[in-house]
Amino acid sequence: MTVEDVRAALGARVLVGEEHLDREVRTACGSDMMSDVLAFSKDHGVLLTGLVNPQVVRTAEMLDIVCIIFIRGKKADEKLLEMARERDLVVLETGHRMFTACGLLYEAGLRGGAI
Amino acid sequence: MDDAIVLKYEVSPDDFTRAGEASSDVKGKLKQMGVPPDAVRKVAIAMYEGEINMVIHAKGGEITVTITPEKITMVLADVGPGIPDVELAMQAGYSTAPDAIRSLGFGAGMGLPNMKKYTDEMKIDTTVGVGTTITMVVNL
Repeated sequence: MTVEDVRAALGARVLVGEEHLDREVRTACGSDMMSDVLAFSKDHGVLLTGLVNPQVVRTAEMLDIVCIIFIRGKKADEKLLEMARERDLVVLETGHRMFTACGLLYEAGLRGGAI
Repeated sequence: MDDAIVLKYEVSPDDFTRAGEASSDVKGKLKQMGVPPDAVRKVAIAMYEGEINMVIHAKGGEITVTITPEKITMVLADVGPGIPDVELAMQAGYSTAPDAIRSLGFGAGMGLPNMKKYTDEMKIDTTVGVGTTITMVVNL
């Protein structure tokens, strides 16, 4: 599926990376703990998180994540968005909570990475 | 070792916002050099975890990355508090990070286990009250 499919499934708003919505994503990971994201990610395409700080962008960078989704309506500041822009990431924003956001994406066909 | 490329970084203390800059720079340079993506990813994750640890626990330090055609060696040296029980620190889930760090998304006790998982060799030299030097190798 593409980032646009992910966006549509969540009814999410695009904050950064409108031009990369055709990129393919295969897996997703949802967590507010970046340590866990770093531990359990394999080939992750999408990161769902309620944590908003520069280390989310850095974590995404290290893992070659394609798209960050801020859940629960969390607001990212311009500095964070600029960091994401520099790294060619897509950043989405949704009001859904973690459980619902993950459920919607799972229903749409997205799966977690291998354990 | 004629072909060795050496990169050095100062990790500034108490600047959580900037933590990861060194790892980001190394990742970019390795990509440019044409290092296989899988190895780049391993180095980036392991070094980033180490860099975060240096900021959280050790008030910064120095990172030296040596790149040869055979392997990438990362040496992370700090003059922090040292690790009293390395075996315990290596256990997944064990953490001494303060709650303030946890609220920033780190301190899940996965740092050291992650560093071991993503590297081919890892050595911890630590003395309480003196500091810690972690050497990690990713083979190419």
